[in-house]
Amino acid sequence: MAPSYNAKEEDGHQPGATGHGGAGTMTNKKPDNTAFKQQRLPAWQPILTAGTVLPAFFVIGLIFIPIGFILIVYGLTLLIDYTGVDMSSPCYNCSQSYSWNNTQSCTCSVHFSLDQPFESNVFMYYGLSNFYQNHRRYVKSRDDSQLNGDKTSLQYHICTLNRCSKECEPYRSSDKPIAPCGAIANSLFNDTLELYYIDPNGSRTAIPLVKKGIAWWTDKHVKFRNPSGNNNLTVVFQGTSKPVNWRKPVFELDPLDSDNNGFINEDFIVWMRTAALPTFRKLYCIIQKKPNNMTPTLPRGEYILEVTYNYPVRSFDGRKRMILSTISWMGGKNPFLGIAYITVGSVCFCLGLVLLSIHYRYGKRNNSAEISS
Amino acid sequence: MNLQQLFFVPSKFLQNEKWMNVRVGDIIKLENNHFVAADILLLSSSEPYGLCYIETAELDGETNLKVRQALTVTSDLGADVAKLADFNGEVICEPPNNKLDKFTGTLYWRDNKYPLDNEKMLLRGCVLRNTDWCFGMVIFAGLQTKLMQNCGRTKFKRTSIDKLMNTLVLWIFGFLVCMGVILAIGNTIWEQKVGRTFSVYLLWDEPIRNNNVVFSGFLTFWSYIIILNTMVPISLYVSVEVIRLGHSYFINWDRKMYYIQKDTPAEARTTTLNEELGQVEFIFSDKTGTLTQNIMVFNKCSINGKSYGDVYDEFGHKVEITERTDCVDFSFNPLSDRKFKFHDSSLVEAIKMEEPSVQEFFRLLSLCHTVMPEEKNEGDLVYQAQSPDEGALVTAARNFGFVFRSRTPETVTLYEMGIAVNYQLLAILDFNNVRKRMSVIVRNPAGHIKLYCKGADTIIFDRLDPSNQVLMNTTSEHLYEFAGEGLRTLALAYKDLDENVLEEWMKRLLNASTVIENREEGLADLYEEIETGLMLLGATAVEDKLQEGVPETIACLTLANIKIWVLTGDKLETAMNIGYSCNMLRDDMNEVFIISGHSVSEVQQQLRLVSSTVDVEKTDEFSEDSVFEETIIAEYALIINGHSLAHALEPELEQVLLETACLCKTVICCRVTPMQKAQVVELVKTNKMAVTLAIGDGANDVSMIKTAHIGVGISGQEGMQAVLASDYSFAQFRYLQRLLLVHGRWSYFRMCNFLFYFFYKNFAFTLVHFWFGFFCGFSAQTVYDQWFITLFNIVYTSLPVLAMGLFDQDVNEANSHRYPSLYRPGQLNLLFNKRQFFLCTLQGMGTSFLLFFIPYGAFCLVVRDDGSHISDQQAFAVIISTSLVIVVSVQIGLDTYYWTAVNHVFVWGSLAVYFAILFAMHSDGLFSILPSHFPFIGTARNCLTQKSVWLVIMLTTVACVMPGLACRLCRSRPRSRTSDSCGGPGAVHADTVARCTMFSSDTLVRLASGLSGHCVKKQCGLVGLCFGGLPMRQDCNYQLGRKKGG
Repeated sequence: MAPSYNAKEEDGHQPGATGHGGAGTMTNKKPDNTAFKQQRLPAWQPILTAGTVLPAFFVIGLIFIPIGFILIVYGLTLLIDYTGVDMSSPCYNCSQSYSWNNTQSCTCSVHFSLDQPFESNVFMYYGLSNFYQNHRRYVKSRDDSQLNGDKTSLQYHICTLNRCSKECEPYRSSDKPIAPCGAIANSLFNDTLELYYIDPNGSRTAIPLVKKGIAWWTDKHVKFRNPSGNNNLTVVFQGTSKPVNWRKPVFELDPLDSDNNGFINEDFIVWMRTAALPTFRKLYCIIQKKPNNMTPTLPRGEYILEVTYNYPVRSFDGRKRMILSTISWMGGKNPFLGIAYITVGSVCFCLGLVLLSIHYRYGKRNNSAEISS
Repeated sequence: MNLQQLFFVPSKFLQNEKWMNVRVGDIIKLENNHFVAADILLLSSSEPYGLCYIETAELDGETNLKVRQALTVTSDLGADVAKLADFNGEVICEPPNNKLDKFTGTLYWRDNKYPLDNEKMLLRGCVLRNTDWCFGMVIFAGLQTKLMQNCGRTKFKRTSIDKLMNTLVLWIFGFLVCMGVILAIGNTIWEQKVGRTFSVYLLWDEPIRNNNVVFSGFLTFWSYIIILNTMVPISLYVSVEVIRLGHSYFINWDRKMYYIQKDTPAEARTTTLNEELGQVEFIFSDKTGTLTQNIMVFNKCSINGKSYGDVYDEFGHKVEITERTDCVDFSFNPLSDRKFKFHDSSLVEAIKMEEPSVQEFFRLLSLCHTVMPEEKNEGDLVYQAQSPDEGALVTAARNFGFVFRSRTPETVTLYEMGIAVNYQLLAILDFNNVRKRMSVIVRNPAGHIKLYCKGADTIIFDRLDPSNQVLMNTTSEHLYEFAGEGLRTLALAYKDLDENVLEEWMKRLLNASTVIENREEGLADLYEEIETGLMLLGATAVEDKLQEGVPETIACLTLANIKIWVLTGDKLETAMNIGYSCNMLRDDMNEVFIISGHSVSEVQQQLRLVSSTVDVEKTDEFSEDSVFEETIIAEYALIINGHSLAHALEPELEQVLLETACLCKTVICCRVTPMQKAQVVELVKTNKMAVTLAIGDGANDVSMIKTAHIGVGISGQEGMQAVLASDYSFAQFRYLQRLLLVHGRWSYFRMCNFLFYFFYKNFAFTLVHFWFGFFCGFSAQTVYDQWFITLFNIVYTSLPVLAMGLFDQDVNEANSHRYPSLYRPGQLNLLFNKRQFFLCTLQGMGTSFLLFFIPYGAFCLVVRDDGSHISDQQAFAVIISTSLVIVVSVQIGLDTYYWTAVNHVFVWGSLAVYFAILFAMHSDGLFSILPSHFPFIGTARNCLTQKSVWLVIMLTTVACVMPGLACRLCRSRPRSRTSDSCGGPGAVHADTVARCTMFSSDTLVRLASGLSGHCVKKQCGLVGLCFGGLPMRQDCNYQLGRKKGG
């Protein structure tokens, strides 16, 4: 390019005096010869051709299908619905009679058997369905500062002065501010689940359920904090009232363990992390593997699930479930993800094949066209 | 301008007044080089016979001087202010109109009637030249002047993409309302069916508690309008403007559109029209100063059967004349014009040898003209010529030693080889369009009377003495040669006159010129009578110098399927000459139609004749071939003059005109007024639904520039008006090719890709809320974190697409020039239209669907590897937003053809910024400062460290991207073919190529199956593209070569 510009600069001298003047001022307006301004920036120009894209399809297919199989195969899950919708189900009576105002607790026991032994740590979840924890009004009905230990939101006169979150309405205050406030806290899942193993000889052995370590570390240690100042939670929460639906105040959630009481009770924290979808499961407890590794955590056999049936779901056609699951390196059995992987993988592979055949056909035709021309 | 001063005659003395105070009927005085600011009737002037010279460049683009002459009765008033003040004539004239070359009126003064015509008018826009002063009476002022009547109204210009965008935004808004309604109905039903029962855990709000679920639905509607409003891309407008601004800067910065000799870079004066440059279908071009340099150069001549002007080397081969060829030394002549160049030294030798025919030749040139000399200093001659041709000829004579020095009405003074010779001017037989020649009758100092005549060769040859037959044959051979090179030729002849014959003839002439009726005819007959039996001297060839690269540019733009119409104020002959030299008219064209009717019916008849001729040819050749119905196979040209155009533009004829004109390959309109130019543009603009571009350099092009979709001004000699009215300006016509084929195409391509991606992105982003609505009780719960919603369009995704919109290149500039057919998709509006919009919304919807439902399916069951669940809302939000950002980043990666460093930085940077902000927002620190604003604490950490989460993200990304990729590969199947045949992959590569080949593929099949050679020639641009057989350049050169060859 440079030579042609030089040639033109020479032209500039020819018209005589004016030409010289022009040449003198020429540097003023001549655009800079930079790659950016001349749109000549060095660039990588990837071209999507059959040669580059088709292998990608095949590779994706070949990677995804095995992943899908792994996701399907690994992990064990057992799901027990104990809602008590059917007359035949053991919890039918409890589900029928129960309402929030009832002070009498109702218990029922569900028998089930494990066909396979559950090795390693077993996780017990409770599952709810048709429960709209993701409803906008439900989701916002909490006060994160209160849960983070902000004491002002616990004091009545300040709270009535609108210092504490209005989002909690109508579960904000009764006569005293409610702690914890809001619809989420108010609807805390309060069924108690216990698991017994029935020995072949007929005796019941309670299986130890560990209720700690079920919440996220960040939630337990950062997001949720009891109001500071006093180790005695009873004193701290004086002047607050319990949520309407609760049996006991927040400082009695786990009276035995001060690390798991009040706002940092892990059951409570787990509940407060609202589910994304109306059907969800939440970790209830962990059944830790036996120290001696010889016997499985949950051996094959008969079990009883004892439910203290406190939580009414019949009114909105909800379901309650207990789920036992083991965890693989990928985190739990996930048939949907597995199937999705297999589907996407095979679709990719097939698309690759189809495109390849089209490519070949077109290529052929093109060649012949060129020859005829 | 309105405050400019002038002299004003209100009473018995001159008075200074401002132009704005001038009223109709005022008498004013103008001085040399004054700008005329009203339409004025010339009363008297400083020159003899009430003559007055004006320059009308601003009106019709002609830079030469024109003569105006006052009525004899008024010119007698002279400079007598008192008499002028007493002037009480009454003028009755036509109402204000926009016809620049016509004026009819009558002056009633002292009980006499005097006819007034255009020759007595000084129109607004003229500049007084070579006249010390003149007096005039204002006829029209202000808006009634002919110039103002010719001014088009300035309209706000917007591109079709702009309009489309506005429509689409309205549609999107409608769609938004629809979704709002759907979700609101859903909410009503849900609250009725489920919400009522769920109120155990979630009490209804106050207003709904009275069982008023419809009100809840109403509130939900507005909530969803707010949530989904990101679908209406508000940031789109800002981004579009930024991109356009960038493109404008690229135009300004382009060194290849910088003209070094005038130090003018190209300038994008509006930033809003760039992408329309990629869609132009019609170019309306001015001629003078646009296609031509408006410089006439005496190039060759043939004297007494010998051709001069070519340079031969020692072997007798013709040498191509370049800038380096040696020029003839004119130092022997102190009065020579230094700018004049001539390369053939044999002519100077001939003149030094005092060859009589050569001397006579140049004597004729220096005598037979209407040029005015201006000698400011001794020897510093400046010629004011009515036409640049004349100026060029007189200048040539001057350099060859026959210097035209001065003239009076009765005499002409020449310096013949340094000796002053006085010729007595007996008569001037003026030039007009019918005569096509002019003559002078002079008496030389020796007393011999001679008639010198120059004119169109055919006319002169008819009037030659039979003895000239041999000379005529050689001369006409030379003339043919000259014309073949695109030169404007004139033949020269002389005649010796007898004193007595002349005397008798002069008497009759005097008689004829005083006759009132049929004066013109009488004079013409007399002229005819004396201009016979001429002796041929030779011929001249003047080059109307085309700007550099004009024929190539026109050829290239034609191959890009852009139709070029030339609209010029020039004469028919000049326009045709230029047409030939620009290669727009060619000898091998089937027919060149000239429309020159004087009435509506005449014009109509001629137009119908043209269209029927063309139609017949077409149906004959390709009656069975529907593909070719729109393409013009046989080549026709249409030339229409201003009078006919005025008729043809009447409502009943304009459709006929348009259809006929579109059937022709070349359309040239000559003798058109500025308003007609605008009308022609308007006609095409409104009826053809095509993007029009007008290019011109003079004030007479302003209205056309304003009317067309895109106005381009040539910043040339003729002042700045056109440039000021234009949207783009540059110094040379040839830059138009680059502006359209490179900048325009890129702009259009980038803008379309940008819009496609932008809508896609916003739909993919927003519609997730819609799907989620079905699972959260239609409660207007957002899927994403509020912060993400805020930042997504501004921070996470704006820059990569902006970089694509600014820098992307599907085809590099060299190939854009090489394959003009790549321009076609823009004209057909293929890259972004309603269909494309639906495709991109569809893609966006699909993506949002997968983005929601894959995590949805996975999330019922997904747990962390420590067993704790991550199916909560916050994790869901993080996973979907991460997937979304990755998917749209991958998509922009696939859409970007040209990865500059900036693209890399923006794409990778956006991803990095996303993760950085994500982790920052979810950090402990921010939460501890403002717990209620950062409730997502720890979510990113807890989610994105999980393998299962990445499995979901990976699956979502692949599932979202693969279908689009497969579609594109399918569509681009013919493309890879193209790129292979066009010199390997990478040489040309783009969807555009694919699309362009797609619709040309039919043609290809036909071609392959053996069509006539005629259409092969026509389609060779496309074929060249598809088979790489005949690239554009060759084609251009091929045609040029043919032209040069004769």
